[in-house]
Amino acid sequence: MSEQSSIAKTIFGRLSWESFPFHEPILLVTFAVVVLGGLAVVGLVTKYKLWGYLWREWLTSVDHKKIGIMYLILGIIMLLRGFADALMMRAQQAVAFGDAQGYLPAHHYDQIFTAHGTIMIFFVAIPLVSGIINFVMPLQIGARDVAFPFLNSLSLWLTVSGAVLVMISLFVGEFSTAGWLNYVPVANAENSPGVGPDYYLWALQIAGVGTTLSAINMVTTIIKMRAPGMTMMKMPVFCWTALCSQVLAIAIFPALTGAFAMLMLDRYAGFNFFTNDLGGNPMMYWNLVWLWGHPEVYVLVLPVFGIYSEITSTFTGKRLFGYSSMVYATVVITILSYLVWLHHFFTMGSGASVNSFFGIATMVISIPTGAKIFNWLFTMYRGSIRFELPMMWVVAFMITFVVGGMTGVMLAIPPADFVLHNSLFLVAHFHNVIIGGVVFGLFAGMVYWFPKAFGFKLDPWWGKVGFWGWVIGYWVAWTPIYIVGLMGTTRRVRHFDDPSLQIWFVIAAIGAVIIAVGIAGFVMSIVMGFLNREKLRDTSGDPWEGRTLEWSTTSPPPAYNFAFTPRVHDLDAWYDMKARGYQKPTGGYRPIHMPRNTGAGVILSSLATVLGFAMIWYIWWLAAVAFVGLAVVAIGHTFNYNRDYYIPVDEVEKAEANHVPAPAGA
Amino acid sequence: MATATREIVPDPTFHLVEGDDHDHETGGGTVLGFWIYLMSDALLFASIFATFGVLSTAYAGGPTPREIFELPLVALNTAILLVSSITFGFAMLAMEPGKVRQTQLWLGITAFLGACFVGVELYEFAALIHEGATPQRSGFLSGFFTLVATHGLHVTVGIIWILVMLVQLGQRGLHVENKRRLLCLGMFWHFLDVIWIGVFTFVYLLGMLR
Repeated sequence: MSEQSSIAKTIFGRLSWESFPFHEPILLVTFAVVVLGGLAVVGLVTKYKLWGYLWREWLTSVDHKKIGIMYLILGIIMLLRGFADALMMRAQQAVAFGDAQGYLPAHHYDQIFTAHGTIMIFFVAIPLVSGIINFVMPLQIGARDVAFPFLNSLSLWLTVSGAVLVMISLFVGEFSTAGWLNYVPVANAENSPGVGPDYYLWALQIAGVGTTLSAINMVTTIIKMRAPGMTMMKMPVFCWTALCSQVLAIAIFPALTGAFAMLMLDRYAGFNFFTNDLGGNPMMYWNLVWLWGHPEVYVLVLPVFGIYSEITSTFTGKRLFGYSSMVYATVVITILSYLVWLHHFFTMGSGASVNSFFGIATMVISIPTGAKIFNWLFTMYRGSIRFELPMMWVVAFMITFVVGGMTGVMLAIPPADFVLHNSLFLVAHFHNVIIGGVVFGLFAGMVYWFPKAFGFKLDPWWGKVGFWGWVIGYWVAWTPIYIVGLMGTTRRVRHFDDPSLQIWFVIAAIGAVIIAVGIAGFVMSIVMGFLNREKLRDTSGDPWEGRTLEWSTTSPPPAYNFAFTPRVHDLDAWYDMKARGYQKPTGGYRPIHMPRNTGAGVILSSLATVLGFAMIWYIWWLAAVAFVGLAVVAIGHTFNYNRDYYIPVDEVEKAEANHVPAPAGA
Repeated sequence: MATATREIVPDPTFHLVEGDDHDHETGGGTVLGFWIYLMSDALLFASIFATFGVLSTAYAGGPTPREIFELPLVALNTAILLVSSITFGFAMLAMEPGKVRQTQLWLGITAFLGACFVGVELYEFAALIHEGATPQRSGFLSGFFTLVATHGLHVTVGIIWILVMLVQLGQRGLHVENKRRLLCLGMFWHFLDVIWIGVFTFVYLLGMLR
């Protein structure tokens, strides 16, 4: 018996039948649904013989537009998962008062709030932002692809790999219970001996490599591949914000990688970085993860500010007010965001001087941010505003985000923070800025650029259902949380004793249901848009009367984006072209130099997933195999010198003839 | 053909007709991108340096730097690594006039010196662990081993990269792409020197002063 179990241990590590949640009916049903859904998708793909198409056109694609779209699909799928977690938490907190314990055991509840935060930031917000930057930025700078097309594909699939590991943790073993930043000492080996923190660490390390590589790629693209004539100060604001955001990502992700690597050494090899004894220092982990964590908020929100800027300018029919102040504000926010991390733990006890410095630095950020708000308002002032869906999101953002910004300034005051630290007031604050800032902006961006990506607009009626669901739902869900938070209710609590608080949590749960309507509305706007695509078709390539270069090509753009590289004379390059009566040439094409597709990104990421899984479960032989496989494939890929090809002239001619945009100004 | 019947003379100032390779100017892009990667790697080291800084006196009753560091050995190792940077420089000098054999020779010497460096480091680690100064012993030792080994791991990756380049130079000679790769490899190798200077100063020398 013992011999048998030692053989099983060698083969399966700590994986055993007990690792599967057969005793948890909620998980079992979810698992069954996921398996059946997965089988249905696999069946359909097989039935319609789509495997080859998927592999050739999508999985191995190095086209920045397809990679961007796949990032967005990943983000939307993970949004559904993360939101399911949110609904479960809201339902638990609405009922678990006094004698009622609710329906979630504590261990399960802790995994849910950890998974919710982890997924929403790392696998929803980051992929959605990356996706929009990937799709839009090269088009806006008049490039045909990014600087490193293979690296782009690898970055995407590494992010997917991390998401897959998080999803596996739902059904095999458990997820971390230590909060979305996997705080020590809870996540230390002695307090969490299970696989939860290991799932967290491996998923985020793998995805984090992808995010860092992607950021390097985007920065190099913006610096090196702008169309001739596009000086830095003639670059669309979205590209500026993308540049700052990605520079910031490069500057902060190493701190996270380092902190996670050291925690891994603690957990796997018994090191004493963040332990409570033998000289370890848990607060060092907090410093490192927040040195990443606070700027990360700006990595997400800066590009979204760029989205708002583009939309405001387009839908008011005006040049953006204060372009250069917008650029400087973005740069200032980028720098300041690196100097405020300590405000996440004023209560650490670093003293009045240190806390004052970080408190003031935090408050100062509201100045460039405020400048941006005024710039948008002044752009709207005396503009001919068209309140189409993207513009509605902008207005909802400005109203919602300003409130979140002000509660942020409240929290930046150290004495106030000592009272509000770890309260639901804080939770309401960051949901206010992340939903009201990042999420609203991502929806605005998706609605705005959807016709560019797919050639038809989203269904406007369902889009408005989505909009009102989100905006009303946000306020109904989070105002009560602000109130109970101000009264002192702490976060991450599964059960309450004071029945007088229950009404607030019930209201919040109703708000969450309204947000669910909003999400359903968004999904329906895609479905109905697709069904009515002939009616919603964009034949001009410029459905919103845009001002920047992405609107100068067809919708959807050809693989090579532009038959001729555009030459830029003005900040609003496409507006300038239209105003001066530019006619797109219909002949004289030349062969176009493009990167070749490669499966290396998908293969490397699959091996990374196997490596992560094997390490999580202590299956050492499999980890060794996966690691050697990674090295062999990575080195083997460097022997492939045949990475580009030319699209011949007749193919370019054919593609251009198929999509002749209406003449400018028509 | 439509183009033949309706000849439109486009305003030439709004797009490029000549020089279609504008958007694939990859040479400069690769070097810039690699440089940015090195900066992010420098920040990874910075986060480990910072942690080491915080834990550098967390001996937990265990050995202190003065008791365990052997400066002469580390000085020797420092010299080996610095010389390997010079030999890499010779490889680059041989690359310029296109001398493949000579480039390979200097790269080989560089890899050998790198291997010596890693070997001495492993010997040092083995001796420390034998004395009971294991990374599990204290926060200070965790930080020390991790910082030094992370650098050593980078050197190891550099050696593997050199070996791969030796094969690729043999196959294709000083192909444009290979030259670009050597340029990146060179930046990587010299970057590791810079990091080592930091390790030598802040870990070993400052440790002995404490």
